[in-house]
Amino acid sequence: MEAVAFYLFSILTIGMFLVVVLSKNALYAMSALAAGMILISGFFFMLNADFLGVVQIIVYTGAVMALYAFGMMFLDSTKDIKENNKDQKIVYTLSIVSAILLVGIVLAPFIGHNLLLDAPLSDPNIAGANNPQAVGVVLFTKYLVPFELAAVMLLVAMIAGIILVGKKMDDSITMQVDAQIEKEEFHVGEEKK
Amino acid sequence: MDKYVYIALFAPLVGSLFASLFARKPKMLLTGIVTSALLFISWIASIKLLLNIDGDEYVHTKLFTWIGSGNFHVDFGFLADPVSIIMMVTVTTVSTLVHIHSIGYMDHDKGFNRYFSYLSAFVFSMMVLVMSDNFLGLFIGWEGVGVCSWLLIGHWYYKPDVSTDINPAVSPSFAANEAFVMNRIADLGMLIGIFMIYWNLGTLNYHDVFENISSLPTGTITAIGIFLFIGAMGKSAQFPLHTWLANAMEGPTPVSALIHAATMVTAGVYLVVRAHDIYMLIPNVGYFIACLGAFVAVFAASMALVNLDMKRVIAYSTLSQLGYMFVAAGLGAYWIALFHLMTHAFFKSVLFLGAGNVMHAMDDELNIKKMGGLGKAMPWTMAIMTIASLALAGIWPFAGFFSKDKILETAFSQNHYFLWIMLWLGAGMTAYYSFRLVMLIFAGKERFTHEEHHPHEAYPFVIAAMIPLAILATIAGFFEHGFVHYVTHEVLPEFEPEVGTFAFLFLLIVTLGIAISGIVLAVTKFSKGDFDEFFEKIGVMNILRKQYYIPDFYAKKIMEPYKRISEFAWKKIDLKIVDAIVDMIAGFIYKSGDKARWMQSGNLSTNLKWMGLGMVLLMAAILIFRPVM
Amino acid sequence: MITLTHYLVLSSILFVIGLTGVIRRKNLLMLFFSTEIMLNAVNVGFAAISYFYNDLTGQMFSFFIIAVAASEVAVGLGLLVLWYKKGGSINLETLQKMKG
Repeated sequence: MEAVAFYLFSILTIGMFLVVVLSKNALYAMSALAAGMILISGFFFMLNADFLGVVQIIVYTGAVMALYAFGMMFLDSTKDIKENNKDQKIVYTLSIVSAILLVGIVLAPFIGHNLLLDAPLSDPNIAGANNPQAVGVVLFTKYLVPFELAAVMLLVAMIAGIILVGKKMDDSITMQVDAQIEKEEFHVGEEKK
Repeated sequence: MDKYVYIALFAPLVGSLFASLFARKPKMLLTGIVTSALLFISWIASIKLLLNIDGDEYVHTKLFTWIGSGNFHVDFGFLADPVSIIMMVTVTTVSTLVHIHSIGYMDHDKGFNRYFSYLSAFVFSMMVLVMSDNFLGLFIGWEGVGVCSWLLIGHWYYKPDVSTDINPAVSPSFAANEAFVMNRIADLGMLIGIFMIYWNLGTLNYHDVFENISSLPTGTITAIGIFLFIGAMGKSAQFPLHTWLANAMEGPTPVSALIHAATMVTAGVYLVVRAHDIYMLIPNVGYFIACLGAFVAVFAASMALVNLDMKRVIAYSTLSQLGYMFVAAGLGAYWIALFHLMTHAFFKSVLFLGAGNVMHAMDDELNIKKMGGLGKAMPWTMAIMTIASLALAGIWPFAGFFSKDKILETAFSQNHYFLWIMLWLGAGMTAYYSFRLVMLIFAGKERFTHEEHHPHEAYPFVIAAMIPLAILATIAGFFEHGFVHYVTHEVLPEFEPEVGTFAFLFLLIVTLGIAISGIVLAVTKFSKGDFDEFFEKIGVMNILRKQYYIPDFYAKKIMEPYKRISEFAWKKIDLKIVDAIVDMIAGFIYKSGDKARWMQSGNLSTNLKWMGLGMVLLMAAILIFRPVM
Repeated sequence: MITLTHYLVLSSILFVIGLTGVIRRKNLLMLFFSTEIMLNAVNVGFAAISYFYNDLTGQMFSFFIIAVAASEVAVGLGLLVLWYKKGGSINLETLQKMKG
């Protein structure tokens, strides 16, 4: 059962990502990317990483793809980009060779029957808990510092994103509102007279 | 007692360093006075040692351990035993008086301060040489005197090269180089000898070496003796490494007095005397040394018979007397060699100093054909030089008589009659040419006009410096018994030439006879007219004047090919091969950097492709070399 | 029986696909897509290892990678927009200012 799910998901994922990489149309690529992300989250669920799978769907498929969609709208990339096909041969040879090598490196212990699968260990903190609880415990004890740092990083990225594309940021809106309110008050006050 | 050793050793060094501070400044009389005073202090220390040390106990001090690596152990140690004390006294006496003389001689010289610095440095090196207690310290002093003599001969280094017809020594810098290179060639032999000593005995200390030397096979000892003697050959200018001594006259005359009469050239004799334990075991090598010495004695004397250059005549006479010393040393009469060394130092140095006075008076004129009749203007110098010449000729009661006579007795007593005949002829020739020199310079008519030169006596203090040496040249012979007792008590072997009374008297008369006849011949020939016609008549004058064409031979057969090899090595090997290789490496790196520039195209896609390629290569490397598995 | 090796092979293949896209694509936006693919491949690999060794560290790592990727997309798109406004095109060939 598990094998069927695995092979199905993997074939679909590889297919989607190949579409992303090889397609000429940017829209097709983006849609395929979104689909691929969902399928990846399927993998996570298969691996008992429930929390991670959900986070994958929310963050990646939801936020990141939305960002990309906005980007595509803005950048007007619906027209096909002329790709120069000068050195396609190099690219394909490079990729196939690296694929073979990488897979070979990974498979080597399997082929040589050197693979050692340890018996799964049991962490006393999270024994018997389900995945979100376990993630919570570990995240806030063992990985607290990276968690905080990641939070800071997200804050910085957000601010950077705003500053990079913000318009007319010289005048402060809050200040403007205050001034306007004052002007209206005066106006109102004067008109009332 | 230790402190006297150190005072005697380091006082000249202090003087040298003091004078070197002012080397670039114009003449400062203070440098001359200070260095002479320091040498006087060194002399006093040596005399103190002389009076307090006899053969029973001698001073052996160690300054510090110099080399202590593994089994190789060499100290900076100093030994004051009778032999070295005799050398020290000789060296310091002559050096002090030469320093005082130089103050007058180098009166108008630009490099006054530099000269005194070098002179004191020379004395220091010589002291290290004679006072060291191991072969390596000896070698350091050996090299030191070589360097200082190079510096001193080339004192007027800026004089340009001239052809050998005008000046056989080409120029002071050429003469200095020649002296140094010849010494170096000989030093190679000496180094090999020292290496062999260390290789076979594991120590370089005199004491240990001489105790154990007899345990080696005779072949090894012979080889050691020969190699050490090769070093002595260079330093003491034995044939064939003799040409530098005559050319070394390019330096200032007091330098010749110090170096080429009393100290440096006697270092070879000192080496043989010091290593007498070695040479006693190999009498064959000793006989060879003696034969070579006899040959040089006659060879050099023959060249002095007709030479026109005043200093060269005296230089050849030094060469000849060195031959005598080596005959004595070779035949086993070590104290006799040392004794002749001492007396020779006294009278030869004062001869050179007198020649310096004459040069100073005649504005650096060297050709004796242009002198004459100087006796009127320079009475003191004439008197002193006559005394020295009498000593050189070996006339009783002067010092040379005793020492030279003993050498002849030695040769005769060991039945080396051929050697004796050669030495006897040499004595006659010595007497002849020394008096020829004196006659041509001081007696007869003046062969120059008074517009050219105004000869005047040297400064009084200069004469005062020469007088002690003259006195020593006179009376040193009477110290013979004291000398013998002092030196052979512990250190040197006793040696008395065994001649019956009749043979002794016969030798005495015959030796005195030929010396006196030589003098008489010179004086009578002089009054008749030109000296050298006889030699011209028998056709040997040019050969003798040109030093048997040996320097020309060296120049053509050795120097020319060597120069061509050097030029070849420079132009073809150094420039074309070595430089080319270095340039090629640099050029290769530069060009490859230039060619690789196109990789940096700035195109992100290309960079990513390169990145991918790099990743592929690394993975391939992982798979091939399997570091993990 | 699906072992760790299967997941690792899958992860490698996805990674290489992403690498191909990065190398091949000339449109900057497409380049970003390919980067996302690579990141996801790595996430799968970490999660698989975490499952098979029963240690939550792998999942934590994936978690942080997702966070980083999100912020990277934000900033990257911001820069891309600025470049587009300046240059007028988002073709990679126009990005050649750093020629060495």
